[in-house]
Amino acid sequence: MAHTEIQNILEIRDLKVIYKTDLEVVEAVNGLDLTIGKGKTLGLVGETGAGKTTTALSILKLLPSITGRILQGEIYFDGEDILKKSEHDMQSVRGNRISMVFQDPMTSLNPVLTVGDQIAEAVQLHNPDMSKEQINERVAATLNMVGIMPSRSGDYPHQFSGGMKQRVVIAMALSCEPELLIADEPTTALDVTIQAQVLTMIRELRDRLGTSMLMITHDLGIVAQTCDDVAVMYSGIIIEAGTAEDIFLGDKHHPYTVGLFNSIPNLDIKSDRLNPITGLMPDPTNLPKGCVFAPRCNHQMEICLEARPGVFEEGTHKIRCYLFSEAAGNSKAGVDLNAE
Amino acid sequence: MNPQKVESTTVDNFKRPSQTKEIWRRFSKSKGAVIGFVLFSIIAIMLLAADFIVPYEAAIKQDFTQQLAAPSREHFFGTDGYGRDAFARLLHGGRTSLSIALLATFSSAVLGSALGAISGYFGGKVDSFIMRSLDIFMSVPDILFTMAVVYALGANFTNLLFALTLAYFTNYVRLVRSQVLNLAEQDYVEAARAGGSGSTRIILSHIIPNAVGVIIVNTTLNVAKIILYESTLSFLGLGMPPPQPEWGLMLSEAREFMRTAPWLMFFPSAAIVITAASINLMGDGLRDALDPHLKS
Repeated sequence: MAHTEIQNILEIRDLKVIYKTDLEVVEAVNGLDLTIGKGKTLGLVGETGAGKTTTALSILKLLPSITGRILQGEIYFDGEDILKKSEHDMQSVRGNRISMVFQDPMTSLNPVLTVGDQIAEAVQLHNPDMSKEQINERVAATLNMVGIMPSRSGDYPHQFSGGMKQRVVIAMALSCEPELLIADEPTTALDVTIQAQVLTMIRELRDRLGTSMLMITHDLGIVAQTCDDVAVMYSGIIIEAGTAEDIFLGDKHHPYTVGLFNSIPNLDIKSDRLNPITGLMPDPTNLPKGCVFAPRCNHQMEICLEARPGVFEEGTHKIRCYLFSEAAGNSKAGVDLNAE
Repeated sequence: MNPQKVESTTVDNFKRPSQTKEIWRRFSKSKGAVIGFVLFSIIAIMLLAADFIVPYEAAIKQDFTQQLAAPSREHFFGTDGYGRDAFARLLHGGRTSLSIALLATFSSAVLGSALGAISGYFGGKVDSFIMRSLDIFMSVPDILFTMAVVYALGANFTNLLFALTLAYFTNYVRLVRSQVLNLAEQDYVEAARAGGSGSTRIILSHIIPNAVGVIIVNTTLNVAKIILYESTLSFLGLGMPPPQPEWGLMLSEAREFMRTAPWLMFFPSAAIVITAASINLMGDGLRDALDPHLKS
């Protein structure tokens, strides 16, 4: 066990997070297991409201203090349980060893500070011994790295385009060379050409710096381009996980994953309509007792409504579905799904 | 093609431009701001050099042969009911009035903004405690409150400053709190937190700079208000002890002679208006200079 902890930069076990208000309890994350190997990139995929961002904020312990609660679970970062760390210790981890790129570059930069000052802030914070010249040098080098001329460090965010702003945000996140980079839908707010540029840059920098990465997205195309491993999230649970090959090329899938792939328009087949998964995600204040996907599932069985399914494992590939438990028979399920 | 290679040679001799210089450049581009700045500088220099222009003696020496004299070469602004030189009283009185007004504005702005920022940023119990305490403060009318403080502690420069600060800090708390409530929810605050910044740093370097526009506008408006407020206190006999001159006091004394010697009222009023206007103009220019969006 100790051996695996050294291999994995991040290991989340049975994480449960709720948002509690006077009126209701929202069960955002419900027993999540996640592992990211050192130097690997994990794609966390799921639709809006699946709990992806909540998971990311839990890793940094930045859940909204009034409503957010971590009920149970462990988050090991480089072998240490983050949930046991004090706020003071966390401040030296954030931005230094784990940093985050937010979704919308338009709002995640402070409009009244120059980009140079904003990058310098994190550097200075985590390297109090650095002289002003050293910090300036680091800022310039970081800007260079993301392809922005250092002479622009005196400019304000509104003088940059959207793609440039996201480069600045990425520069901020990478300025202290973190061991883990959390990218929360880093390209959602950008148009497709800029998306491609930013993704290429992220991939290059990740490879050059050897940073591990958690890529949160709802775009399977991005996952295919950047990730080593994939976890599919639904209603706060990982319903399928494996290497990118397992997910994209494997023959056994969770019905939800199949639905996700089917909803991508196919260029080779002429069809009038898109092919969405019918229904909506379950209400997080009132989750079903059984499998969370059962109400929308084409393969729904009696047992699905009664208890949460366990994990079916085959090598690196894990699926949380009754179709693959011993009784259902693996081959049969595979045929069913492919026929769809 | 690769910008990294082109630029890497210039990394060493590259410097980030100075913020202060940049702000000054934008400030000096605004006509109003420059006029305000020049006016205020003239006033400030005259008040600072008051002793060299006309001795303090002239401001308090009573000369009953010269009561209510009209402006002349001897007495530029005429004399008051006791035959004291109004010009000398204006210059020397301005020192007290303006220093109290500026200091009281500054201290109430700092105290009020700090409390407002803490209240808005932390929310919850801290917020409730600060805001409910403030309600108690505000339930007593300003003027009564200030009078009570000055009466209890005695009328002198420090106590007046203290009383005026207490009377004026409350509106900064509400103003800044309402700004911070909004600013604390912004993504860049969360991004700063994810970068490892603590609360103090976030408030000082991310939230206050974004709220500084409203603080400055409120501050510049307050300077004139406080000068007038002082005059109210003087009028009630709770200002600076006589015979020390003060603009507000001069105004309230001149009221008696409004028909016979209107200039006694005109000059202190004009002094207050010009000072207030120059500070407001500077405030506007400074606000624009600090807002990077208006950078031309």
